[in-house]
Formats: sequence, C-alpha cells, structure tokens
Amino acid sequence: MPAVKSLEDLKRIREEALKKREIKTTESRVQIIVGMGTPGIAAGARDTLKEFLNCIEEKGLTDITIRQTGSFGLDAMEPVVKIIIGNAAPVTYGKVTPYAARQIVELHVLRGKVVEANLIPAEAK
Amino acid sequence: MKFFRSHVLVSVDPQCMEMGAREIVEALNTELADWKLADEVQILETSRIGDPARFGPDLVVYPENVHYASLTVDDIPYLVEEHFLKGRIVEKFRAQETLIVDEELGAPKAKEVRVVLRNCGKIDPHNIEDYIAEDGYRALANVLSGLTPEQVIDEVMRSGLRGRGGAGFPAARKWQLCRQVPDNPKYLTCNADEGDPGAFMNRRVLESDPHSVVEGMIIAAYAIGAGMGYIYCRAEYPIAVANLNIAIEQAREFGFLGDNIFGTDFSFDLEVRMGAGAFVCGEETALIASIEGRRGEPRPRPPFPAVKGVWGKPTNNNNVETYAVVPQIILRGADWYAAMGTEKSKGTKTFAIAGDVVHTGLIEVPFGLSLREVIFDVGGGIKDGRQFKAIQTGGPMGGCLVAEHLDLPLDYEALTAAGSMMGSGGLIIMDDETCMVDIARFFMEFTQEESCGKCTPCRVGTRRILDILEKICNGKGTLADIDRLEMLCEEVAKNSLCGLGQGAPNPVVSTLKHFRDEYIAHVVEKRCPAKVCRALISYEIEPACTGCMVCARNCPVEAIHGERRQLHVIDEKTCIRCGICVQVRNFNAVAVLS
Repeated sequence: MPAVKSLEDLKRIREEALKKREIKTTESRVQIIVGMGTPGIAAGARDTLKEFLNCIEEKGLTDITIRQTGSFGLDAMEPVVKIIIGNAAPVTYGKVTPYAARQIVELHVLRGKVVEANLIPAEAK
Repeated sequence: MKFFRSHVLVSVDPQCMEMGAREIVEALNTELADWKLADEVQILETSRIGDPARFGPDLVVYPENVHYASLTVDDIPYLVEEHFLKGRIVEKFRAQETLIVDEELGAPKAKEVRVVLRNCGKIDPHNIEDYIAEDGYRALANVLSGLTPEQVIDEVMRSGLRGRGGAGFPAARKWQLCRQVPDNPKYLTCNADEGDPGAFMNRRVLESDPHSVVEGMIIAAYAIGAGMGYIYCRAEYPIAVANLNIAIEQAREFGFLGDNIFGTDFSFDLEVRMGAGAFVCGEETALIASIEGRRGEPRPRPPFPAVKGVWGKPTNNNNVETYAVVPQIILRGADWYAAMGTEKSKGTKTFAIAGDVVHTGLIEVPFGLSLREVIFDVGGGIKDGRQFKAIQTGGPMGGCLVAEHLDLPLDYEALTAAGSMMGSGGLIIMDDETCMVDIARFFMEFTQEESCGKCTPCRVGTRRILDILEKICNGKGTLADIDRLEMLCEEVAKNSLCGLGQGAPNPVVSTLKHFRDEYIAHVVEKRCPAKVCRALISYEIEPACTGCMVCARNCPVEAIHGERRQLHVIDEKTCIRCGICVQVRNFNAVAVLS
C-alpha cells in the first residue's frame, strides 16, 4: 500500500473502501441463480450466464446479484435458472438459452411478467 | 459501470503478504483469465480480514460471503474452477471459525448521542479502510493541509473540550501550555490505564475504534509540536493492546505515522507501553515514570508534565476519550461540539453504568442530562423493582450521591459541588439492599490495596481507615471510631501526594454525610439496616415453614435442624451467615434479621 501523500489520495482510498463495504453489505432485491453443474455447463450455462451479465451491463441495472450453484437435478431442462425477486416465491426456468436469458431480464426482472415458454411446471420439479 | 457478478476481497495485510498474498492475487488473476472469467469476477485488495496468524492468507468472496482461509498458491486453480466456474463452495478451504462481528453495543438508546462510540461495532477495528470509509484520517488531512498548530489549538479551545480523565482541565489549554515550553523534543502520552472498578469506556474505544485515538493523537502532536507518543495501556486489556498495535502498524503503512506525514515536514510516531497492573499508574506522574521503565510512583507537582514529563521533556498527557473526540471536532467544527452539553461542560461523555440497574453497560450522553434521566431513562431503572438508594460517581475516588441529587445535571461543576466528581465516567448504582458502610469499606479496600506506599498519609492512613470500617462492619465499632474516621479522612485527603490518596477518603466522607444514621445503627444498635454485614445479622425460620427440608439440605454447616414436615430452627452458634438458605428457601420461610 503506497503511503497517502495528499487529500486526494485519502479520498480515493475512501471511495474504494466505501465500495468494498457496499459489496460486503448489499442485499440485492433480484437474485439470478444459474445452475452450473456439469450438465448445465455442457448444455451451455456459461453462455447463458454471460448473456445475463451482458444484459445487466447494457441496461445499467443495479440491485441484482448473479450467483452460481450446482446442478438443480433437472438435467433434461438444463441450463436451469432460478429467479428470486424480493420476497416473492422463486421462479425456475428451464432450457434457458442466451435468447431466453435476455427475455427473462426484459420481461420478468424488469416488468414482472413470467416467461411462460421457459417455465418449468411444478410437477417436473 | 462495469458489472461484476462476484467480488473477491483478498487480504494484503503485511503479515499475509509475507505468507504469499501477492502470489495468491497473481494466481487468481491468471486462473480467472484462463477460464475467461476475468470480466465477471473482480479482485479487490484490502487490509486485514481475519487474524493472519490463524487465517492468513485469506480472502472473502461476495455475494456468497464465504471466507477462505490459510490458502496457498496451489489451492487457487481448484478454488477458481470450483467456486467461480461451477459455483460450488469449496468447504475444505473454508475458515473453520466464523469471523466475530462486534454487536455488543446495540443501537443507541433514547437520549444517547454517540460521538466517541460512533464507530464501535460498526467498523472492523482491524481494518484501516473501514475507518477511512467513515471519514477517518480526514481530519488529519484537513489539519496538515491548511491549519497551523495554533489554529488547531484555537478550534479545540472553542469546542470547550475538557480532559476526560476525570479532572476536566480544558484540553486545548493543556496543549497550549505544553507548546509554549521552550524545550524540545516534546512528547505525547495517552492514558489508557483505565482501572476504576466497573468502568470500561476506554477499553471499548481502544478495542473497537483504535484508529480514532491514533488520529486524535497525531493531531494533538501536531498542535503541540511533539515527535513521539506513547499509549500507556493496562496489560489487563490484551485485545485493546493487540488492536492498537495493529492500528499503529496500519497507520504507518498508509503514511499517517512516521516521517513526513501527508507529504509535509511533520513527523510523528507512536508506541504502546503496557502497564503492569498498578492502579496508581493512571496518575500522570506515575504513568510517566512507568513509561520510562521506572517504578510506577507519583511525584510532587510542579513541575507539571507539560514542563518535565517523559524523559524530563515537555509532555502532554490526555485520556483515550479526549483524543478520540478530537478528529470529530476538527471535522464537524467546534461550534457543532460546543452546541452539546452545558455551559461549562461541552459535548458528550461516555459512562459505564454498573450495579443494580436494568441495562448495565456503556452509554454516551450529552453533558447536562440529569442523573435521573441516566438511571431511569437510559439505564432502564433499578433492577427487580427495588428502590434507588445511592449512586457512586467518579470511581473509587469519587463520592456517592443520593435521591435528593437525582435532578442534578451531569457535568463537572455540578458533581463537584455535590461532593462527588465526574472522574472517568464509572457510575455504580445501588439499590436499597446495599449497606453504605459496607460499600465504603469495599472502596477503601480497593484504594488501600492500590496505594503505592510512597507517602505516609496514603500508605498508613488508608490502612487505618479500612481497619476502622472493618471494625464497624464487624459490630465492634464505637461512636469514637466515627469521629476518628472523620479526622483520618481529612488528614489523608489533605496530606497525600497524589490524587489517589487525596481522593481515597471520598467514599467514606460522602457516605458519612448522607448515611450517618447507618453508621450510627452499626455502632450503637449493632444493627445493619440493609442486612448485609454478616456479623450484625441472623437468620430465622418463620412459621410459614412446611418442613420441606430444602434449606436444611443446602446448609453447608448443617446448622438447620428439624423433622420432615415440622417447623425447622437455625442454630445461631453454628450458622456462618452465608445466606444460602435464603437463596434456596421455599414459601419465604427464612428471614434475615438485624
């Protein structure tokens, strides 16, 4: 750590410190959880994840966390993605291609409409 | 702004660096790039996360908030593949213990204003960046980039800040005196030898927010023109000492301590000196002797430390709390600080509330709150619905105040006028089950034990006072003893060398003043009204007794006799008055008589 030599140095360190604290304490409203087990990755979950990241960045969205998890146990449906918004019940999507990922962000995350086409029916879970 | 789905905070604390933290950061970068994850996961370097000796090198991954500890470079490829690519937490690298978050203090209670305690429990005391995020070292930057030492002294003078060690001497006045002495080099000392029974205000600040003390000391050193400072901390506070040392090391690393601070020609450094358990070392001349490695004994003043202190050079000594508040005064302005408190006692003060009150613990309130507000509003009132009897302020050298003083404002002058003192801020609250003679004896026992023995009035006087108090508690006192007690107290207070002896008789004098009837009851009627002094009480079993045998079974000397389901009796000769029978009794059938 280089020595602080001016008020500007101190301000910069303070900004960084505040950012780190925000990372530590932030509880996002929207959580996107992507299944990254071996079947998921084989079915293209990496591309799906990338597309989520691109979408968030393009639209400058905040208050969103993307997490990875292991396999959801729904291999036929991979890539599987779970969306949790606020206190609402989690919604699980299957066969989430990059295209579907974009739709989920546009419709579900931004407008609150579930994307029926990719919804995994309750009985399949 | 670039969106990262995950952030990794890697500790680059000097100790972790020695254990290979730099290599770990590099390995993380390489591995993440290999998996093409570099634009998804951000690596941030931070100061200390866990104790490097146990956890280092370590890192924390967010948003999962997983703490990986004791890592080596070889662990990184597996960690990256598992955690960042596949999203699986690698249990085998995880820290075995969870990091302790400091939450003891809780949210501020009604009427509390936290200035000194503002960061306690809110920031990680081991992490200088956390302190900087709370505007830490900003005051120092302001001072060094635009204020002359005289301006700093002026600002603190205008704030009305008074020394928090007990006497309440204006802090800036003290600085000014030291600055004006034409002798160099000058030294700065911080009194962290908090020893009053039941007081732990300073410990809390040192443990939870050590940087505020360090920053305050650097500012004071600049104002005075000191180049070296010592924090004299008692050895009974190992966590405070450890956290101070970490804070000092980090401040050096960031260039807040050492040569040419903030690129100016001002240089200052700090060291922690540990006390060896002597209460008298909280007295400034004894403290200085102890810092120099000599026996911790006070010497007559003048010369005051401002003229001849550490190594015979001008020295400014302040309490932990005084220094800790200085950065806030600089940052938020003297007017902001002076707006709190009373006419002569400005700002806020921390108090440790102990004794028979519902919410014991630390509080910080503006000066001028009444004792009633402190005890009943902030402290939640007397425990178990009992009656308030007295409050001891100012520690063992202070005095007790009674119900008629409850509406006194808490400030230096009001407490002194009432025959007690502010002291460092220990408040011991006593309910109606407290024997005031016994309390006086307790405090006298403490000061007698802690008397360093250098001067006769204190060494012999405190012993004699204690002897008389013990005699009275044992039911062997006479009225002449009370007169002798008063005479002794006067002589000891008048002739002792330092504050310890001068203040030692205070608890006796004030209890004699407010509770003379209790002393009389002890010596004339041979009775302890509060039923505390063992020699003056007896136990009796009342007719409510059902012969349940519980008291008889628990009596350690088998002094309770009787058949099952029959009224029992206590044999007074065998009874040692331990009180266990009252603690275990059923049907309230055991009574204490006096």
